[in-house]
Parts: sequence; structure tokens; C-alpha cells
Amino acid sequence: MFQDLLRYNTLVILAGTSLLGLVSGLVGTLAVLRRRALAGDALAHATLPGLCLAFLFVGERHLPSLLLGAAATGLFGLACVSILVRSPRVKDDAALALVLGVFFGAGIVLSRWIQNRDSQGSKAGLDSFLLGKTSGMILADVLLITSVSAFVLVVVVLLFKEFRVTLFDTGYARATGWPTAFLDLLLMLLIGLVVVAGLPSVGVVMITSLLVIPSSAARFWTDRFGTMAVVASLFGMTACVSGVVLSTLFDGLPTGALMTLSATTIFAASALFSPRGALKARHRTQEIPSDRETPPEPTVRTAR
Amino acid sequence: MKSSTLAANSTSTSRPRTPAALADPPILEAHNLTVAYREKPVLWHIDFAIRGPSLVGIVGPNGAGKSTLLKAVLGLLPVGSGHVEFFGQPLRKVRLRVGYVPQRESVDWDFPIQVLDVVLMGTYGRLGWIRRPRAADRALARECLARMGLEGLENRQIGQLSGGQQQRVFLARALAQQADLYLMDEPMAGVDAATEQAIFGILADLKAQGKTVVVVHHDLRSVPERFDQLLLINQRLVAHGPTSEVFTAEILRKTYGGRLAILDELAVAVKTGMPTT
Repeated sequence: MFQDLLRYNTLVILAGTSLLGLVSGLVGTLAVLRRRALAGDALAHATLPGLCLAFLFVGERHLPSLLLGAAATGLFGLACVSILVRSPRVKDDAALALVLGVFFGAGIVLSRWIQNRDSQGSKAGLDSFLLGKTSGMILADVLLITSVSAFVLVVVVLLFKEFRVTLFDTGYARATGWPTAFLDLLLMLLIGLVVVAGLPSVGVVMITSLLVIPSSAARFWTDRFGTMAVVASLFGMTACVSGVVLSTLFDGLPTGALMTLSATTIFAASALFSPRGALKARHRTQEIPSDRETPPEPTVRTAR
Repeated sequence: MKSSTLAANSTSTSRPRTPAALADPPILEAHNLTVAYREKPVLWHIDFAIRGPSLVGIVGPNGAGKSTLLKAVLGLLPVGSGHVEFFGQPLRKVRLRVGYVPQRESVDWDFPIQVLDVVLMGTYGRLGWIRRPRAADRALARECLARMGLEGLENRQIGQLSGGQQQRVFLARALAQQADLYLMDEPMAGVDAATEQAIFGILADLKAQGKTVVVVHHDLRSVPERFDQLLLINQRLVAHGPTSEVFTAEILRKTYGGRLAILDELAVAVKTGMPTT
């Protein structure tokens, strides 16, 4: 049982998914602070019909084609959301839920139809994208996931300052010349890349948890954006690695679900035991100044 | 009171003081600016030219479009018609010279960011893409915090500050930008009297350094002794000119409509506290 862990294949998968976990925590931090978690979820569910259509065209489990198809309908789903919300009668969350439901429903119907049509080999391929499965991955798959993750990592690290100002104060960012609409779009694209890269190992249903939970847990440990991103990345990595390890040890359990449960364990521990957590906060002395400033006001130095 | 200060030829009242300044383009100029929100116009045909250095107040009743005017000139709102120039040029060419202080309510104060990191954002424009703030930028940010009387709070999460302190963090960020023109959206909202006094002190310093500050302001009582020029707006530009010429009972009544109780109070203030023309 434990020897399985040390197989070359498992080690390669572990390396690939740990990088995926790292960027999901990183991009998840941006997504959560921008309130794009639900949009990420809609995108993830909208990838399923694309996966199935790509499979119909290619006729085999060729991962690059499948993920390309997934990305196509995922982005199309988001485009539908942005068209729907233009009507003042459709609110954001309703539009997201609508797109999520319709696309996911279509994806499920398509995948069942494909599986009923030809019952050999192909069947295993599509189902694994629902809940995530790492055991069947080949080196080429891992390399693809790793390179997408590495690309996302580089973009976020380079543009970290730009994302920080846009996320915190969009009006100020725009007034000082940053193209906030472009940065917003770029963020959505990065979320899309992480979602698509995560489909094989984490799955359609769970990938959003991997964006949301590590970053939410990280918020309990720090008040700084940069630190939060680093901590979230570490949490995401830990969750991914333990998911892979557990699913290797207990063959047959879906990897994505195990990753989500690992992440949730980290979140629960953070919410309870961190310095800002429920158990510590109760005993903490009140250090927040009252809203009305008290007389010993620091004097303001004037130039004259 | 001169009738010439009324909207019809309001720009003519803010004459440059020296012949040399006449050649300089105005610091901020708006031509026939009209802004609509969902097809409904909120600002009509706004025309003005601000020359400085000067402290300029934008006053008018609630819903008059004061904040909208600031956002429109900065390109944060779609402008229906008209155009705006800063230092005689379109904004995109002179962005670094224009600082902006948004309303405090415009951001999420639970955001995981510390005071110094917010102030450092003032240096981002100069840094450009990808480059990170360096030690010199950090020193400048600390200096700006100290000028706002916020030393020692560098590493606080911004949500832990009081309203007045948060407002001063925004001002410190604007100072770190080292701009020549500052546009401030209600920087005195929700601050106590001591902080207001301090902020006005900083604004006076900026003017002494040759800068111009345009402030959306809601408290008419502090207007006369604080601002050199006023823009009085109520969807249209009612008047623009030196405070001594346009801060009159008649123009205020025109701006606020008869419905302002404070007007009677002000009539007294105008008579006693202010030299009227």
C-alpha cells in the first residue's frame, strides 16, 4: 500500500499537483478578495459540456484537446453571465446560478450519452473529471498541468502590485492610470486557467473549493495581502498533496473530494486556533481604537 | 455683489493674477461637460477653468453632482459630452501630476492590507508596471504618514483605524504621489474638528508649495475662511469665482434652492465673518 506512494508515477503527480495547489491558493486569494468565487464556480461547471464535445470530436482521452474544449465553454458560460447581468431584472448571483445549472446539466447529459453510446475505455475518462482522479495520469498530463500552473504563477508574481491596488481601491487605481478593466479580465482568465488545469485531478465540482478554502483559511493568519497569498498558496499545496496521498493509499476514493476535505480541515483549524480565530479572539484585549478619536491627538506637522 | 459672477460668464471671474500666468494653460479646465446616469443627465454643460495655486471648494446640495463632477473629470464615469484638460493636456498624458482622494466609503476596510502598504500605492504610478516600491519609496511613504500625524500606525490593518485616521491614510497616499493637482472627494466627511483643522493645515501647505487642491466639501460654515475659489453646483454650474465674490446669500440661495435652513444662519455669517463685495 505505502509502496504505491514511492512509485515514480506517483511522485511526478505529487510534484505537479502541489504546484497546482500552490497557484490555486494564490489565485484564490485574488478571486476571494475580488468576490469572484461564485464566478469561478460557474466557470468550472460550464467546462463540462466543452470537455464532452471535445471528446466527441477527438474520440479519445487526449488531455490538451479536452482542456481546450473545457476552457472554451467555460469562458462562453462567463460571457453568458456578463450578457445576462446587463438586464437590470437579472441580478448577479441569479445569472451565475442560471449559467452554472444550465451548462452543468448539459454537460451531464452529454457525458451520459457518450458513455451509453460506447461502453469501453472512454467511460472512465469523462467521469474522472467530475470528482478528480490522479491515479490514471500520464507524464504528459502532469507536464501540461504544471506548465499552466507555472505560467499563472509568473503572471501573478509579476503583476502583484497592480492586482493589489486594483483589488483594494479600483477607483483610485483607475484614476492613477491602471487599466483596471484589463486587470479584471486578466484575473478572470487566470481563474479560468487554474480551473481548467485543475479539472483532471480536482474535478469540476470541487475545483472552486480549492480556490476559496485555502485563501479563506489564510485570512485568519495575517492582515497583509502578500502574506495572505503566500499562506494560501502553502495551504493549497498541502491540501493537494494530502488529497493525492490519501487517494493513493485508499484506492478508489476521488482525489478532488479528499483535497477539499483536507483544505476544510486546515480552514477549521485556522478558524479555531489562529490568533484571529474564534478561541483566541474571545480572550484578546480590545486594541481597536474607538471611532471617535480621543483628545491626545497626534499633532500634524506642518511645513511652515 | 457682481452679477458677472453668475453662471453666464463664470469663468471670467477667476482671472490669473500675473501676466505670466496668462500664458499658462489652466490647471483644470472643463468644457461643456455633461454626465448622464442611465440616460438621466446629472450634470449639465459644466464650464470652468481653474488657475492656481489655489484651494478650490466644490459645494452644492446633496445630489447636486459634486462627487460625480470629480469622477467625471478623472474619467471614472462615462462623460456624455464635453471635454476636460489638465495643465492644457488630456489626463492620460499628465496622470502622475493629478492626485485623487476617493470617498472613504468607496473601499472595503476589512481588506488585508496595512497602513504603509496603502500609502505606498501613491508611488505605484511613478514606478510603472512590474517594478516594486524600494527603500526610498518606503521612506517617502513614512514621511507622508508622519506629515498626517499617523506615525507608529504603519503596520496596523487599515480597519483598525478610526474614521479620521482612515481619511488621513488616503491623504498620505495622495501626498506620496507628489502631484501638482489634488482632487479630494469629501476628505472632511466623518472626521472630528481637530482632524479637520489638521487636514486644512496640510491643504494650506500644499498651496504654499504651489499646488492646487480641489475639494468636494459639505460644510458651508467652514467655506469662507478655507477656500480661495468656489465652484457652486446644482446639476449646473451656478457660479465660479473667488470666494469673496461668490459666497453670497443670493448665490447660495440659487444653489441650494430656498429650502436650506442653514441659509439664514449663513446670512449672519456672511454679514459678520466675511467681507462681502
